[in-house]
Amino acid sequence: MQPKPDGAQGPNGPNNFAATPSVKVDVEQRSSEVSSVGEQEACLEVENMNFYYGDVKALNNINIIIPERKVTAFIGPSGCGKSTLIRIFNRMNDLIDGTRLEGSVRLNGTEIYDPDLNVADLRRRVGMVFQKPNPFPKSIYENVAYGLRIQGINNRATLNATVEKALKGAALWEEVKDRLHENALSLSGGQQQRLVIARAIAIEPEVLLLDEPASALDPISTLKIEELIYELKSKYTIVIVTHNMQQAARVSDYTAFMYLGDLIEYDETKKLFSTPSIKQTEDYITGRYG
Amino acid sequence: MSTYNTGSTHISQQYDNELEDLRSKVLSMGGVVEDHLVKVITTLSTTQLEGVEYVAESDHVVNSLEIEIDQICTEILLRRTPAASDMRLVLAIFKTITDLERIGDETEKIARLVLKLNDPRAITIYYTGILAISRNVRRMLSDALNAFARMDSKSAIRIAQMDKEIDAGIDLLMRQLITFTLEDVSAISAVLDAVLAARALERIGDHARNICENVIYLVDGIDVRHGETGIS
Repeated sequence: MQPKPDGAQGPNGPNNFAATPSVKVDVEQRSSEVSSVGEQEACLEVENMNFYYGDVKALNNINIIIPERKVTAFIGPSGCGKSTLIRIFNRMNDLIDGTRLEGSVRLNGTEIYDPDLNVADLRRRVGMVFQKPNPFPKSIYENVAYGLRIQGINNRATLNATVEKALKGAALWEEVKDRLHENALSLSGGQQQRLVIARAIAIEPEVLLLDEPASALDPISTLKIEELIYELKSKYTIVIVTHNMQQAARVSDYTAFMYLGDLIEYDETKKLFSTPSIKQTEDYITGRYG
Repeated sequence: MSTYNTGSTHISQQYDNELEDLRSKVLSMGGVVEDHLVKVITTLSTTQLEGVEYVAESDHVVNSLEIEIDQICTEILLRRTPAASDMRLVLAIFKTITDLERIGDETEKIARLVLKLNDPRAITIYYTGILAISRNVRRMLSDALNAFARMDSKSAIRIAQMDKEIDAGIDLLMRQLITFTLEDVSAISAVLDAVLAARALERIGDHARNICENVIYLVDGIDVRHGETGIS
């Protein structure tokens, strides 16, 4: 049975790696084909990618195409490699000693791990939001304007317009427009998280990576973040990692299930949650022992 | 095709128990419905009315089982937010109990028609054809419930086909019943009732077919209703 049956690069797509020696037949065969969903424009393309923390292989022959302006969710148990994978997309793993990547990861055609690539530039193109909101201990305004200021933009009118647009984009404007110069840390957790999203979108990235963006928030703030994700996908490619499967089912267009460093199944969210093709996926999303 | 999960158990033992309890309640509801149909068949073959008398007074048992199972399904949706095969199980059961309840209604309808006739000789004359078909319908229902119990979608596909034979039999029977009225105008009232009974049997076949389709959805995750993917 083919796990990822549809798409331009379907099961019989450009399968250049069929000759890869297969020890674990099941997983190797699955990973050796490029996983894609539907005929979408590719934003991020991962090909034959292995990732190591020192001697430990954390990701095993990942092949995936993440479509543009869609929400793609990564789910899987702790330690499956989903956070490692999304941190690869803006090279956050460079900050950890002894990490090593093999294979290819491309952002709209640019090789992310090209040694000549300007990493700061990459991170402008790929914004990231973490589990715990991490605003700078500055004013709300300066938090959002920060990305522009480090690019050397100090024109007051430009900054004002961008800050307002980003805060509106992050559905926070109405709540903070009268207190823009108060300390960002005075905001609630949910507001702080939306502020951090505003800071990320102020510099108009191509991709927004969200690593458990709502897991530290109360249910109402969570819903606001989820609503925001829905609105943002018309402009940005969104990749979200979440432990909350209901959240993945609610917000994402496509879902990838990872387990022990392997990409097990990648499909339309509604398909993956109603009729998954692979038993490991089924076991995980229904809460069974594998 | 999906991976219907029968091998592994939930991390929550309690969840497994709830789903198992739900499944067995559906099967016992199926058992009650089938028993009612058997009692009607017994009356048709023996012309003893005890069976239909019982059925005419017992549909409430089926109805209260429907309500009870409905509540269990609702609670599982609420508490567990089931996914994948668990979700399909709950949805398939929602639909199946509606079909079973309707089968109960149609069976009761036949029972009341036979009771109204209240004439062993007329039962033999007008209901012999119905008796033959009702045995097939009963077998189909019984097989459909077995397919549900065993989560056997291959059998379900085969059993669903039986509906065509039943419909063909009913068509033939209708023509036969009409000839009675041509021979004897005084038979019209009894024949009309027999036509209604035949129609009720046909409906039971349709609902048994729906149950098969629910099993196919549950096991394979595909929707075969209205000839969408071809068992019609």
